[in-house]
Amino acid sequence: MTGYILKRLLSAIPVLFGITVIVFLIMAMIPGDPALAILGAYATPENVEKINRDLGLDAPLVARYFIWLGNMLTGDFGTSFSLNRPVIDEVLDRFGATLLLAGTSFILCAILGIAAGVVSAARQYGWADKGITFAVLLGISIPSFFLGMMMILIFAVELRWFPVSGMRMAYGGGGFADVANHLVMPAIALAVVATGVVARLSRSAMLEVLRQDFIRTARAKGVGEGRVIWGHALRAAMVSIIPVLGIQAGFVLSGAVYIEMVFQWPGVGRMLVDAILKRDILLVQGGVVFVAACYVLFNIAVDVAQSLLDPRIKT
Amino acid sequence: MQFLSLIARNRLAAAGGIVLVIVIALALISPLLPLPDPDVTDTANRFLLPGAEGHLLGTDHLGRDLAARLMDGTRLSLAVGFAAAFFAAFFGAAIGIIAGYFGGRTDNLIMRAVDMLMAFPYILLALAIVAALGPGLVNALIAVAAVNIPFFARNIRGVTVGLANKEFVDAARLAGLGHTRIILTEILPNVIPVIVIAMSTTIGWMILETAGLSFLGLGSQPPQADLGSMLGEARGALITNPHTSIVPGAMILVIVMGINLLGDGVRDALDPRLRSGALTRPMAATQVRRKGPVPASDDAEAVLELQGLQTQFHVKDRIYKAVGGVSIKVAPGECLGVIGESGSGKSVTALSVMGLVASPPGVITGGAARYKGEDLVGAPYDHLRRLRGDRVAYIFQDPLATLHPLYKVGDQLAEAILVHHKVGKAEARRRAVDLLKQVRIPNAQSRADSYPHEMSGGMRQRVGIAMALANDPDVIIADEPTTALDVTVQAQILSLLNDLRRERGLAIVFITHDFGVVAQLCDRVAVMYAGRIVETGPTEAVLDAPAHPYTARLIACVPELGGGRRRLEAIPGLPPAVDRLEPGCAFAPRCLKAQDACRQGEIPLEGPGAREVRCLFPETELKSEGVA
Repeated sequence: MTGYILKRLLSAIPVLFGITVIVFLIMAMIPGDPALAILGAYATPENVEKINRDLGLDAPLVARYFIWLGNMLTGDFGTSFSLNRPVIDEVLDRFGATLLLAGTSFILCAILGIAAGVVSAARQYGWADKGITFAVLLGISIPSFFLGMMMILIFAVELRWFPVSGMRMAYGGGGFADVANHLVMPAIALAVVATGVVARLSRSAMLEVLRQDFIRTARAKGVGEGRVIWGHALRAAMVSIIPVLGIQAGFVLSGAVYIEMVFQWPGVGRMLVDAILKRDILLVQGGVVFVAACYVLFNIAVDVAQSLLDPRIKT
Repeated sequence: MQFLSLIARNRLAAAGGIVLVIVIALALISPLLPLPDPDVTDTANRFLLPGAEGHLLGTDHLGRDLAARLMDGTRLSLAVGFAAAFFAAFFGAAIGIIAGYFGGRTDNLIMRAVDMLMAFPYILLALAIVAALGPGLVNALIAVAAVNIPFFARNIRGVTVGLANKEFVDAARLAGLGHTRIILTEILPNVIPVIVIAMSTTIGWMILETAGLSFLGLGSQPPQADLGSMLGEARGALITNPHTSIVPGAMILVIVMGINLLGDGVRDALDPRLRSGALTRPMAATQVRRKGPVPASDDAEAVLELQGLQTQFHVKDRIYKAVGGVSIKVAPGECLGVIGESGSGKSVTALSVMGLVASPPGVITGGAARYKGEDLVGAPYDHLRRLRGDRVAYIFQDPLATLHPLYKVGDQLAEAILVHHKVGKAEARRRAVDLLKQVRIPNAQSRADSYPHEMSGGMRQRVGIAMALANDPDVIIADEPTTALDVTVQAQILSLLNDLRRERGLAIVFITHDFGVVAQLCDRVAVMYAGRIVETGPTEAVLDAPAHPYTARLIACVPELGGGRRRLEAIPGLPPAVDRLEPGCAFAPRCLKAQDACRQGEIPLEGPGAREVRCLFPETELKSEGVA
């Protein structure tokens, strides 16, 4: 198993490399002098000269890439000019908040989505199935930011169950109860679409599995229906559900940007939007590479989970 | 039921389509409607509520008419969403076709790049693109289209790879056509349906994504506003004037929901698996809808007795009478062979006993299946479950499919014990290993930790037998347990079953299409044809002098070792379709001796003593000699 994990980690290296190339190329599409583009409003002659020196911006494209990559490997993601602090510090500060939000949503979407899909499949064409199918359709059709706004209207403004916004974790303050209280609505709003997708897929994966001969064998043994569905069938269906969970993890991680805007959540997403609007290119670049790299590593964890679940995968 | 729900599905798709058409039509004709100019501000009349005079949906934070802005925004959102879908499909398909058609290094290189792009959480990638290009509606469109290209490329490539090696493409190549010509005339037409499906399932996403970018302020810039930016601008006044948020948000919801409904309908209509209704899951026990009276038990000795059992498959408006009134019985220690061609209903008969026929579409419509005199047809599920595997156990064909692929065989055996006995896990495990030893699996202790895919076919079949023996049942129903095995393994398995039967006095119903196996193992044999027993009697008597012409023909199909003189004769024709059975003998159309009388009315299964035949002109006259 350790060997398998190592192998997967090694195989992530070219992917991480590719990600940096893609981000670099996208940023190289910015027309005009790169130093001016990066500095924007902060383009004083001294700054231009400094950044040209630091990032080798007057060097050819390939050389620039390797300078940039080398800097990142030593933990230097550059300096955000709009915030006047190192990019990596800002990203790390905010990543915790995003991780908390996206992680909670991910757990919600996995548990609720799978449960809904299983119930839906087990009660195919019954009322539960019809209800869940409709809810899922609604869930995957509603824009998460609109849902978040409606939740604020109903649960924060009308019912006063939860605070409207004002999560401050990134800059200190608030205990667990406060954080949890602030987390409920954004986490649900973010999870809804992913839950719908997971539920849909779980339903069809379960229907596929329930027709298999080994399910009949389990029933012929006298295994109770609950165990047949939630044990035998779900275990087999997980093999096709887990990869989708991996994709949904990426979805909640990046979709968090909308929710962070709606709920004023101090995460990486909001930071990125602010950075884009202020044309703080280094901050965008650093944030995107950092989050994408985390996602790649998470997908390795997904692969490892898959190999633990399915003995037929050669480890 | 299924038929109705398929219609309901289509109805939903139609509803989605209608909603979408209305929205599009409204958006298109809105410039002709008597609406105020969407960009004229009127700060004196800010935040008018819906229904205000001259403003159907009220006004926004600058006093602009919401209805007019909504129509403008809808038109913009739809245009951008469709354009993004079109560009993503166009470039994605182009890349996918090139990769799939040329294969080799081109394919490798392109797909590597596609995988890299797919390694990004894609909203993040869209943000990076917008960051580089700068905020703006066109740039948002480019970003959304770009991040969706990999999805199309991968899908289309998969289909193209399948096509690129087909005969008609080879033929075109041999005819000297150029690559461009082949791609355009041979590949593209076959790929278009896939592109359409992929578009119909992603266009909703793309509208959501572009609206999302606009919502963040990265898409359309004021005064131009798509639905996303309308929502983004309204957010500031969410609490004081929610209607300005609800109006554009609800519109996005309606559009995307309409598209998703329609897309699902399109996909269902193009997905042949769903059309045939194959994706229904079988319920815990076969449905029972018995019409006639339940026959009374007439044999106290039989441990298992089927009386006039009828099982049908109801598929759409067709009824397949898989089992058309079967009566068989087995006594303790006895082995009954049930023999017949594929599709004769022997497996369905066997599965009906414990309610294991897949349902839907299976329905038990008549007769009784008695275990020690007690009728199991229509028995409460929990009672049935308690008997399953405990008193009546099954051995199935093809143990690679019938064993759970992800559980160790030892655990699967232990589970069979644990569901019927209150014993500890360690005890169950010990018994499981014992069972493996009983079926002569070497290194049982370590084999218990193997997964099914790590074992050979013969080993897996032994596991299947061990599982059936786990609770020392009274009856074992073996459904072609040796068909998938080679002859030597088959012989071992048969002698194993025979030993167990003698040692434990268990009754075996052995289903097969192989007379050799029947001769080796069974005391009595029942021959099935088109869902009914056509002949039954002691194995030797039936084999020596078959009475039914079908039995005779079936025996004639078996090659004889050493003998060699006899002509092997296949039976001409095919078994009848069990949804359109003619009156009279079902074998008549294939029978050389058939006469008009054979095609009229019910022919009873009768005979003196132990042998019975369902034939007006039997090959041998049955005398009342043998006793079972």
